[in-house]
Amino acid sequence: MGVLTDEVLAAVGRKGPPRTEVVNRRDLRKYAIATGQTQRRYIDGDEAPPLYHVALFWDVVPLSELSPDGVSIDRLLPRFPLEKAMAGGLDIQYFQKIRPGDVLTGTRTLTSIYEKAGRSGALIFYEVVLDVVRDDGTLVLTEKTTRLLR
Amino acid sequence: MTAVPDVDRLAVGDALPQTHYTPDNVQLFFYNAVLWNAHRIHYDLPYATEVEGYEGLVIAGPLLGDWLAQAVDNWLGECGFVQRLEYSNRQASFIGETLCTGGVVTAVDRTRRTAEFELFVKNAAGDIITPGKATVQFD
Repeated sequence: MGVLTDEVLAAVGRKGPPRTEVVNRRDLRKYAIATGQTQRRYIDGDEAPPLYHVALFWDVVPLSELSPDGVSIDRLLPRFPLEKAMAGGLDIQYFQKIRPGDVLTGTRTLTSIYEKAGRSGALIFYEVVLDVVRDDGTLVLTEKTTRLLR
Repeated sequence: MTAVPDVDRLAVGDALPQTHYTPDNVQLFFYNAVLWNAHRIHYDLPYATEVEGYEGLVIAGPLLGDWLAQAVDNWLGECGFVQRLEYSNRQASFIGETLCTGGVVTAVDRTRRTAEFELFVKNAAGDIITPGKATVQFD
């Protein structure tokens, strides 16, 4: 028998609240410096490097909502029977560049939960898709995150 | 690999330039501050080693993803657009390590003006800790 209950699996399809963020040059420059960008357009904040949306849509939570290890609780996810986070991966498709002044809305959807038998017991996989759209509704990027718990 | 990215002269097997990164506490602090990421494994050494059992302060996974993207994006410059990027964080790396990024061309479509790449972040032992792929659309 598997470790995933119907209750856990019922969370598939759950959507997080849409979050709207304004891209600004100062934040782009901070991101470029923190990641060691070498291209002028990124260092000057004229354009976002490919992974910038990870920072733009990272959850901003108050200190009181962090767990003792400093991690914010992801309310999109059900309580999984396995909790040790292992490898994770991203698959991103880009449709438009991100520039200062852009008003972007990101919506996360829990699209899949499944399990596999690993060498030392069950492994749980889940997938979360982030869609980022401009204020005129055009798609900027989609990102599928896959995470593995044991 | 040609100095100027040109889909008409690109061939399967061409290698991207390699880049070395030796991140320190300051860079990791900046990166996690930009994210608003307070996970202790990135700045609390006793917690990272004694509670989580890591060898040191853990370099953030999406920072490795960014360096993987830079492997192709810095070569491409303003000659095209990264259409797709995939990566997975397979193995942890720590402050004090020197990491190396690079990649190789795996497919070229001159009609559509696209190319595909296999990318890597390797540690000093040569293990690929973050493998990835990218598809590029040339202008």
